[in-house]
Amino acid sequence: MPPAAHATARARPDRTRVRRARVPAVLAGVCLVLMALNATAQHRFPPPDFEGGHTLPATTTPAPRALVLEYVDFGLLLAGLGVAAWLTLRRRSRRGVVILSLASLAYFGFYREGCLCVIGSIQNVALALADPGYVLPAFALGFFVAPLAVALFFGRAFCAGVCPHGALQDLVLVKPVKVPSWLEHALGILPFVYLGVGVLAAATGSGFIICRYDPFVPLFRLSGSFSLLVFGGAMLLLSLFVGRPYCRFLCPYGALLKMAASISRWRVRTTPDYCTQCRLCEESCPFGAMREPSSGAADPTTLVAERKRLTGLLVLTPVLIVALGWIGSRAGGPASLLHPTVALAESHLRQERAPMNYPPQSPEALMLVRARLDPAALLAQAAAVRRRFIVGGWLLGGWIGLVLGAKWISLSVRRHRTDFEPDRGACLSCARCFEFCPNERVRRGLLPPEALVLKAAHAGLPGAGAGARPAAAQAASRPVQPCPHA
Amino acid sequence: MSSPENPKPPLAAGTLAEPTMNPTPSDSTPPVSRRQFLRDGLRAAGVAGLGGVAGLGAARTGAREYYWQIDPDKCVRCGRCATECVLQQSAVKCVHAYAICGYCELCTGYFNPEPNALNTGAENQLCPTSAIRRTFIEDPYYEYTIDEQLCIGCGKCVEGCSRFGNGSLYLQVRHDRCLNCNECAIARVCAGDAFRRVPVDQPYLLRTAPPAH
Ligand code: SF4
Ligand code: SF4
Ligand code: SF4
Ligand code: SF4
Ligand code: SF4
Repeated sequence: MPPAAHATARARPDRTRVRRARVPAVLAGVCLVLMALNATAQHRFPPPDFEGGHTLPATTTPAPRALVLEYVDFGLLLAGLGVAAWLTLRRRSRRGVVILSLASLAYFGFYREGCLCVIGSIQNVALALADPGYVLPAFALGFFVAPLAVALFFGRAFCAGVCPHGALQDLVLVKPVKVPSWLEHALGILPFVYLGVGVLAAATGSGFIICRYDPFVPLFRLSGSFSLLVFGGAMLLLSLFVGRPYCRFLCPYGALLKMAASISRWRVRTTPDYCTQCRLCEESCPFGAMREPSSGAADPTTLVAERKRLTGLLVLTPVLIVALGWIGSRAGGPASLLHPTVALAESHLRQERAPMNYPPQSPEALMLVRARLDPAALLAQAAAVRRRFIVGGWLLGGWIGLVLGAKWISLSVRRHRTDFEPDRGACLSCARCFEFCPNERVRRGLLPPEALVLKAAHAGLPGAGAGARPAAAQAASRPVQPCPHA
Repeated sequence: MSSPENPKPPLAAGTLAEPTMNPTPSDSTPPVSRRQFLRDGLRAAGVAGLGGVAGLGAARTGAREYYWQIDPDKCVRCGRCATECVLQQSAVKCVHAYAICGYCELCTGYFNPEPNALNTGAENQLCPTSAIRRTFIEDPYYEYTIDEQLCIGCGKCVEGCSRFGNGSLYLQVRHDRCLNCNECAIARVCAGDAFRRVPVDQPYLLRTAPPAH
């Protein structure tokens, strides 16, 4: 409202108003609260008109980061994915991957400060699918879809060097220790569980817990709650010795990428040409993704037992799904306290039963005031959310059952593998193992082809007799694994 | 990829590792090609599924509501804006709607309830960081301006002004500071449920008239 309009609407002369303003504030407050009882939008103290022609300053409105920049970021993400796929599959360059990681860490991590990130975009998409009222930013959808689509064809190019979280952990890895295989498999379930929990929380409108507990974004921002900074620091310390712990044992987007990459069209291979089974790459992967050759042929002595076990697992999995689903549905009620509406309704009911004395301007007291405005509506809303949680509990429990069953089944299925090769799903496309392969060293000119001695004959590789397939000279010092299917 | 019948020397340095892009030699043996077939089928399903999610998601896209902002009419000055923001000094600051301000000599947003004297002495001020500047305009009017460098968004002045004054002081997310977190850390604990997403072309919820007291 322009000052002139106020001037005509003024009820009292200025002097009266100022004198009133001089009475002690407490009295003024009491009087005004009485005045305010049936008040609508109105000035308690009409704005003055200045004789000296004072012009009112305008409230400043500093502009936010332009939305278009998010689309620029999306373009950079696409470019990064393309470069990463090319570097890992075609160019086969670890150095290139390191440079790309540094660039991503600098741009997506420390400059862009992590948010909104690809990992978090899962929740935006989940919420959008569950709640028609939520407006999904188009670039968030793009962030979610692009790395997965790329993974379906080229493996985890995103993890190779585009994801700032992965890059940060990868670049600080100095002395990888081997995680025992049983632990690797057990902890490898966590990302799938976290994914399920994160999607459930987002879809029920309870919040974005994947963002809330992200360990690295506070580091990128150099700001955040103390506990999260400690968590981030601890993860970073752990990353010095355990290869990418967040990626392997927590990252929910990594769980999606793992599934997509395990059916990818093209894959990362350690050797550029053929595997001589020299075993040089066996321990090269710091992320436990390297798999040994195996014949995949049935052993007649154990075949019956194996078949029985597999049948048992195939029967057990649906049982597990239903059983965990049921447990999930029972846990859904208490878990709904994660939702702010349910939490408020709950504290309202608790207050009704046993009143607590909160200081009047404390958040708790003010929340309860809001609850008392319309308790019936609040309780109805909370009941609706709780019902959603019970359905969600079924789904989440079933999902965990499915994950467990699939894990057991995959562990007991025989694989036919002729070469040492990265596991499609677990390989993060970091390109570290390439340089361990003597064939790769020949390709890159680090070893002259003549320096290679014929080892392929021992390995029983086809074509070796013709003398055309040299194996690594270094391999001579290592025991050569006879090819299991020779 | 070289086949057993057609051996090929290792690639020369710098050539593209063509074999990587091709099926592995083992793909020609029956169990693997069955697996390959399965994988192709699953990939087709994966592409279709992802396409479905993208399509459904696309129907819900828009940039209409994107930045976080505080609805000043819902804010109950609980104080969490000062403490819960992921930034060490909150992105929420007090702003002043000058057109609503009564220019009171005893500004209840500036002075604590029982001031010793109506001057700028720190002991008389409500603001814990002395972030409000009080400048004399003409007798008897003073203007109150927020120094955003000092304001921590605690809302004490807002409470004073809303309760006893015109409600011209109120809290807003300042977008030059706010990181637009995917989940605003204040929004999820806001006592008044005052945070919401606002359209890109209107990132502030400015007061142009006094609130209903
Ligand atoms: S696993 Fe997750 S955190 Fe790690 S690089 Fe991949 S997307 Fe990033
Ligand atoms: S590229 Fe090699 S070293 Fe890197 S994650 Fe994959 S298998 Fe492991
Ligand atoms: S009282 Fe609090 S909200 Fe008001 S100006 Fe001071 S710091 Fe900012
Ligand atoms: S979106 Fe983030 S930076 Fe902005 S006010 Fe909320 S917590 Fe603070
Ligand atoms: S958290 Fe909400 S109610 Fe509390 S001061 Fe901030 S906007 Fe107001």
